[in-house]
This record gives sequence, structure tokens and C-alpha cells, in this order.
Amino acid sequence: MVGSVHKAPVEDGVLARAARWRQAGKKVVLATVVTTWGSSPRPVGSQLAVSDDGAFVGSVSGGCVEGAVISEALEIIEKGGTRLLEFGVTNEQAWEVGLACGDTVRIFVEKIEEG
Amino acid sequence: MRAEVFARLLSERAAKRSVAILTNLQSGEQSLLGPSDEMGGLALSATLREAALRAIEQDSSRTIETEEGPVFIHVHSPPLRLAVVGAVHIAQPLVAMATVAGYAVTLIDPRQAFASDERFPGVAIMREWPGEALARLEPDHRTAIVTLGHDPKLDDPALDAALRSDAFYIGALGSERTQAARRERLREAGFTDADFKRIHGPVGLAIGARSPAEIAVSIIAEMTQARRQPGALAGRAGAGAR
Repeated sequence: MVGSVHKAPVEDGVLARAARWRQAGKKVVLATVVTTWGSSPRPVGSQLAVSDDGAFVGSVSGGCVEGAVISEALEIIEKGGTRLLEFGVTNEQAWEVGLACGDTVRIFVEKIEEG
Repeated sequence: MRAEVFARLLSERAAKRSVAILTNLQSGEQSLLGPSDEMGGLALSATLREAALRAIEQDSSRTIETEEGPVFIHVHSPPLRLAVVGAVHIAQPLVAMATVAGYAVTLIDPRQAFASDERFPGVAIMREWPGEALARLEPDHRTAIVTLGHDPKLDDPALDAALRSDAFYIGALGSERTQAARRERLREAGFTDADFKRIHGPVGLAIGARSPAEIAVSIIAEMTQARRQPGALAGRAGAGAR
């Protein structure tokens, strides 16, 4: 009943997984919630890591903006750089990605450089 | 993020030290502020460094405005810790659930038959008396301590050590009668009623928990409340599991 869950605390999972992807030679982009307004489901500091094969771990919202963040991440995964994304109900893009939960979040997206 | 900053962040986390990553959200320039040094491309003014140290102390990430643009201070703290005293049945789901909830869990019980690897695979176990074990663990304001021993020989030394620490949550399994007897013993040991009020006993939120797993849920719920709504628990002690 108490099995393998003991070994890896969930909150530590994102950076640890990102490190393992890099060890396996994959490119990795990190997205971090930097500001929230209203009732955002994930607090400031929450992170999502995306690998170059499209796998991801962690979250930056209740699930409504992850898709958009992942496609932004895949755009910078080759050439590097950073992006600051904002999603909210007043933002048309938010409707496109389905941010119907009424909150606003700002998310910083950055590539973890190779080397 | 530069590769060397990422590597440093991982090693600080592995060493369970608090650090902050500061990022200028306009330029993307970034630096890591550690306990004794800093590294990276973002120049840290005295004001910025002070704000980051305060954020680390308060364990809370934030964005601050500077002349060069907004700077996000991302605090990376070591996991919260939970010390469970008594390798009894309830400890099995409690250790598992607390681990999922992000706690670094240590189980304390000098009795080999209880604190066996077979009963607790993969769990960090200290097979020694709780007083000594807790002295070595050095509980701080990011540590919770729960006694499940149902035996004063195990629980009293643990509560003694817990009350002398800054632990943010202290829970003790046992009925109202057990708690009353415990209160007398602690008073004889020199503790005040204010000290005793820090102990949540019977342990856990009152959700009618009966099975070991349900009791574990109620304990983790109460630990969460102690951390997130410290005011809400006043006067509510004594509602939980016996």
C-alpha cells in the first residue's frame, strides 16, 4: 500500500525531471508563474517544464493555459531566449485558449541553456 | 536560464538550502542569490539584494519594480519537514500522503519491529528515542511534528522537544482523557498552559475520520491549515482523532 511514492516529493518533481531530460540530451524550457490576479489556481512560483519532444511536467494554471504555454515553449526551444506571457479574461488570446476561470496570470518562459 | 545557474539551483536544493533566482522580466537577465554569494548576469543592487533576502526569509516569491524594469524574485526553499513519532499503523498512510503533499518525512521509533523497512519501504527512519532523534533533526518554523505512539515513553520526550522548538504544527494522537493526563505531566515538567495549547490533540481536523488513512487525511488537513490559515485553528484544538 505504501509503495514507491516515498522517494520523490511531488513539488520537487519539475526541476528534477528537467534535469533528467537535460542529462538525456534533450532541450528544456521552463515556464514560471510570476504574477497572479484574482483566484488563480496555481500560486506565484509554480512551474511547468517542457522538453523538445513535447513532454511536460508541472503546471502554471488549472489546465486552461498549459497548451498555449507549451506551444510558446516549443517556439523558443531551438533558438533560446525568453518570453513574458499574460493570460486573462480581458485578453483575447485568453478566450482562444479557454481561460474561462476568471483569473489573470503572467508567465515567464525561458530556455535552460545547453552546456 | 544559464546552464551553470540551473546546475547551482539543483545543488542548492539537494543541499536543502534556501536560494532565490532573480529575473528581470524585461531583459531576461538573471542571477542566483545564495546564502553567501551570488552568480549570474543580473547586477544586484543593495535594494534588490535586501528584497530578495526578505523574500527568502518569508518564504514567498514576488515581483518588485526597479528602474530597470520588473524583477521576479523566485524563492526556492527546501521542502517542509514532518517528523512522525511512532511507527504505528496510522503512520503508514500518513507518511505516504505527507510525501505526496511535498513534505520531507522522517519516521522516529526505537522499536525495530515497528520501524521496519518492510512496513515502511523507502522511508527515512531514525531508530532511536524521540528526544535524541528530534535533537538531531533540529525542528524549525518549517517543521511539523506528529506523535502517534499512544505511549508516554515515546510521546512525552517528543512533545518536550517539540515545545522547545519553533515547529509550526505539533499534533498528538490520544483521547481527551489522554490529553488531560499529558497536560498534567507537561505541567510538572515545567510547561505552561500556553505551551500546551500549541499541541493539537486529539489530532487532526474533525471530519469523522475512523480508518488510519482517513485519520492521516485529517492530520494533513490540519497541518495545511496551521500553515495557510494560522488564525483559523485558535480554539479548535481537541476536535480530531484519539
